[in-house]
Amino acid sequence: MFCDRCGEDAAQGDHAACAAARELEPPRFCPQCRRRMKVQVVPTGWTASCVEHGTRTS
Amino acid sequence: MPEILDRARAQVLSTGRGLDEAAILEVLKTPDEDLPELLQLAHDVRMKWCGPEVEVEGIVSLKTGGCPEDCHFCSQSGLFASPVRSVWLDIPSLVEAARQTAATGATEFCIVAAVRGPDKRLMDQMREGVKAIKAAVDIQVAASLGMLTQEQVDELVEMGVHRYNHNLETCRSFFPNVVTTHSWEERWGTLKMVRDSGMEVCCGGILGLGETIEQRAEFAAQLAELDPHEVPMNFLNPRPGTPLGDQPVVEGKDALRAIAAFRLAMPKTILRYAGGREITLGDLGTRDGLLGGINAVIVGNYLTTLGRPATDDLALLEDLKMPVKALSATL
Repeated sequence: MFCDRCGEDAAQGDHAACAAARELEPPRFCPQCRRRMKVQVVPTGWTASCVEHGTRTS
Repeated sequence: MPEILDRARAQVLSTGRGLDEAAILEVLKTPDEDLPELLQLAHDVRMKWCGPEVEVEGIVSLKTGGCPEDCHFCSQSGLFASPVRSVWLDIPSLVEAARQTAATGATEFCIVAAVRGPDKRLMDQMREGVKAIKAAVDIQVAASLGMLTQEQVDELVEMGVHRYNHNLETCRSFFPNVVTTHSWEERWGTLKMVRDSGMEVCCGGILGLGETIEQRAEFAAQLAELDPHEVPMNFLNPRPGTPLGDQPVVEGKDALRAIAAFRLAMPKTILRYAGGREITLGDLGTRDGLLGGINAVIVGNYLTTLGRPATDDLALLEDLKMPVKALSATL
């Protein structure tokens, strides 16, 4: 599994800062394959799409 | 109380004439212990010259990422190793975003694109999008599409876009440190065309790009010279992969000092809380800013980052007894 903010291995290193930042950011990397996702932010939410693993929404 | 606050009270509060650059700089140097008085003065100026209403706006990115420009703060530049990918919003989703924005009580909906300036595809998308929004949603439509030609200005007026945002971002003397792919003067040129067209001018910038407080004062004075209808105030939210990704955020008290100083420079403008306020000021800071010169907010999310829930801001406005500006008042 990968950190959905920085794209690095979620089990390696400290991702506390990423988790804190994610409170005010949508995910950018697919947690399953670390591909950069296509992310659309709208005033009331977001969608993030991985070509391989589908779409996540807020 | 510092002498500058007495002078500002006599000039700005009484006559509605904004401070000049030297006086703005003095305000930006207000000691911490006098900050409450400065904020109170800025609030008094806002209440006298603008009234208690707060203009609420939502923004959405029609075209995200892949921008050819190198604005050093921006995660949407295609020139930096940012994780933001290029994506277009389809028209039904654009209309739905406008509908959800209007449901918050907002009267403004700004459509933004990460471009140097619009091409035919983007102008066609705008035409279709604005028409669809106007047919379905009771809200004013604004746009922010970068630098324009006169023909594009005329097209936007014809579409019914009532306000155009084009930020100068920072003062003229610091701009080359932030952007190298175009000039401050090119941006000024677009703003002049927009002004002459009759569209309302929305122009602000970002604090915390590395500018000095002297340059903050210069920026406020240059904006006052432009005399925009609206000034959005952003605070840098350092984005991973950008040249300013490691820049420290503006300290909260400095942000509040800047808000008050910009209000004293432009007593009658719409001064809007925009991006970065959550990072710089937190929840309490939103309240302090609204009691220190701010009279407009972007609610909900920003273009690539998330904001406070709109309901939190609306509850705060109710708590502060600041009515949301009605749509009829903007027409």
